[in-house]
Amino acid sequence: MRRWYPPSILLWALLGLLALLALTVALAYQRLGAFNTPVALAIATTKALLVAAIFMELRERRSLIIAFAGAGFFWLAILMWLAATDFTTRPEFPPRQPGATISGAAGAPAG
Amino acid sequence: MPDAQPAFQFADLRQQHEVAQLGMWTFLATEVLFFGGLILAYAVYRFGYPADFAAAARHTNITIGTANTAILLTSSFLVAWAVAAARLGAARAAAILLSFAALAGLIFLVLKGFEYREEYREHLIPAVNFSFPAEHAKGAELFFLFYFTATSLHGLHVLIGIVVLAAIARAASRRAYSARYHAPITVAGLYWHFVALIYLPGRSES
Repeated sequence: MRRWYPPSILLWALLGLLALLALTVALAYQRLGAFNTPVALAIATTKALLVAAIFMELRERRSLIIAFAGAGFFWLAILMWLAATDFTTRPEFPPRQPGATISGAAGAPAG
Repeated sequence: MPDAQPAFQFADLRQQHEVAQLGMWTFLATEVLFFGGLILAYAVYRFGYPADFAAAARHTNITIGTANTAILLTSSFLVAWAVAAARLGAARAAAILLSFAALAGLIFLVLKGFEYREEYREHLIPAVNFSFPAEHAKGAELFFLFYFTATSLHGLHVLIGIVVLAAIARAASRRAYSARYHAPITVAGLYWHFVALIYLPGRSES
């Protein structure tokens, strides 16, 4: 049997992923305020790209397969973007408790 | 074993292999949107109840969560290695690597079970025994609703992946694949990598 050892690029990718995971954990204990979430998301995206490019071998595939792989994420990005324009611009989100009076409606005298 | 022949609609095995990958990527695109809907709903309510979600996230187990991420990533690495071995015709090596990858998946599920048990004891399961300080209860209950929905659906994917990997490993140990024909290992591998990949955004949160 030949070649029992793993291709070195796979080993490097695994080491990189575990290092990024350690970074994520270290970050979870830091208080960076508003920066925590964007930094954590950037690290998660880097990890996902490493898995896709190296473990899933997308870097060796022709553009047709890369387009298929990207399609789901592309439509998801549109979904996220349009949803964000909605929920971040509502005057009141989350809505108050159901049954609570809506200002101007229940309090207004009939007629 | 006689050398594998392509199915009648394909010119050769290489083309068949590529079409199989295209099919798996198409399925994975639907999976991205399936989990994406959950992630979007989570993001919306996290935006709505930031303090509640932060309070709830502090009750998840960072140690088990981190260990499980490392286990899935290592398992994913083993599958990538198995694909590389299969490409060189080392079927027995591929079978052993796939078996270890499936075993890692099992360990993941066991650890997840311990995590669920801990959350049950802390009264964090909505509709079963949920109780939380009133100040953050509303958003925290939503957080755990998403948490249990997302992780149990992910766990189901892991379970299916374990069965698939075990079946492929068995076939590989019986010399069903060769350097020329090993598309099932590649395609099952793509699914398994995705199952590891989709676990990553969840971990960045707690």
